[in-house]
Amino acid sequence: MKPAAFDYARPANLDQACALLAASEDARIIAGGQTLVPLMAMRLARPKLLVDIARIAELSFVREEGDAVTIGATTRQCVVERDQIVRAKVPMLAKVMPFVGHAATRARGTVGGSLANADPAAEIALVAVTLGAVLTYREGRATTDIAAADFFTGPMMTALPPAGCLTAVRFPIWRDQRIGVGFHEVSARQSDFAFVSAAAQIVLDDEGSCRRLAVSIGAATSLPLKLTTVGEALTGRRVSATVARDAVNAALADIEPLADLHASADYRRRVATTLAVRAIADACEAASAGSTHAN
Amino acid sequence: MQIELTVNATAHTLDVEPRMTLLDGLRDRLGLTGAHAGCEHGVCGACTVLIDGVAVRSCLMFAVQADGYAITTIEGLAPAPGELSLLQDAFCETHGMQCGYCTPAMILTAHALLAGNAAPTREEIVEAISGNLCRCTGYAQIVEAIALAAERMRGLNRPAGLP
Repeated sequence: MKPAAFDYARPANLDQACALLAASEDARIIAGGQTLVPLMAMRLARPKLLVDIARIAELSFVREEGDAVTIGATTRQCVVERDQIVRAKVPMLAKVMPFVGHAATRARGTVGGSLANADPAAEIALVAVTLGAVLTYREGRATTDIAAADFFTGPMMTALPPAGCLTAVRFPIWRDQRIGVGFHEVSARQSDFAFVSAAAQIVLDDEGSCRRLAVSIGAATSLPLKLTTVGEALTGRRVSATVARDAVNAALADIEPLADLHASADYRRRVATTLAVRAIADACEAASAGSTHAN
Repeated sequence: MQIELTVNATAHTLDVEPRMTLLDGLRDRLGLTGAHAGCEHGVCGACTVLIDGVAVRSCLMFAVQADGYAITTIEGLAPAPGELSLLQDAFCETHGMQCGYCTPAMILTAHALLAGNAAPTREEIVEAISGNLCRCTGYAQIVEAIALAAERMRGLNRPAGLP
């Protein structure tokens, strides 16, 4: 057995889970375990207590609520991948789901688990930051909302308190007519951890000019990075490859890319530029081809 | 901790430490060594089993998390002792293996694919097995085996006399 010894509890509901987390030092939540179990196998994580929330029914759902699609924290990734509401209302999330791990890890891995573990290469976190999702967590009996932009604080680090339990995430719905998304990533093997990823969602007006654009890069830096200046620079203009490339280059000039055995900082910056421009181009093409997602 | 697992349609009650993975439980406690221990941290896919019909990595799950679930291992696929399932037969016929280490997981992954998609394209087959490493074959004969099995399975349900 590779992990260090630990105790295991399977609370029946969220109240019990939060009480257990509050009462225990070194407790960690496990849902799908697809990030945590490898960390434990390598003893990079050695929790004293695992609180298993995977079977808490109230945490597993996909619902359209007002101007957002709310997804329960323990909703499995394979469920979101096939969900019709997600496909119709949050096309960017639907687009990235096949890239989230492999089919066998999506079968167990959860949306909340991916967000709470905050791997810089995580696609769901990238979408949350790009679209400005809001995460909800419970700590004791208190419920707190936090913007995705404030939730992620570093590689594998979040603002979630030690006794906090992520309960749901709300992805905003763009109700515009001519909407398109683009997503690209580079990895060693299909669906492995990305070295660099980029996601874009655009709205075009009747003349084909950009009305609204959200674009981010993932895996390149320690957090998913929203390129706010690119969205601002392209709004109101017809988007050409040159215009997009100039805006992306300017936005990435001052970033500090991650560097490791697989990809140097220079490589990540170069590829991030290329993928962001491609994602924007794909989003434009999808929007103008009228492959709109009926809202 | 006491747990109940239904493995290959046989119910078992096991007393396990929480840190025992489902993989170790199947291999060391139930003697089902067809699920292979490769990397043991979720990269190679050699430990794949089916939980309620869905392919998962048994090294990324503690046995206690599987309490109450129905698990299928490679030992549970053949219809009778000494026989092979249609997929196993197709892997033999196209020689979709060399050393055999990845084979049980490849077959179970393919089994889960074909249960939900009777006529997968080559791209869908490649995507389905993309999480399973094979260091010998170069994958071509594995893809061929799955396509052959899919074709034969589709034929199985065709009424006699149709072309």
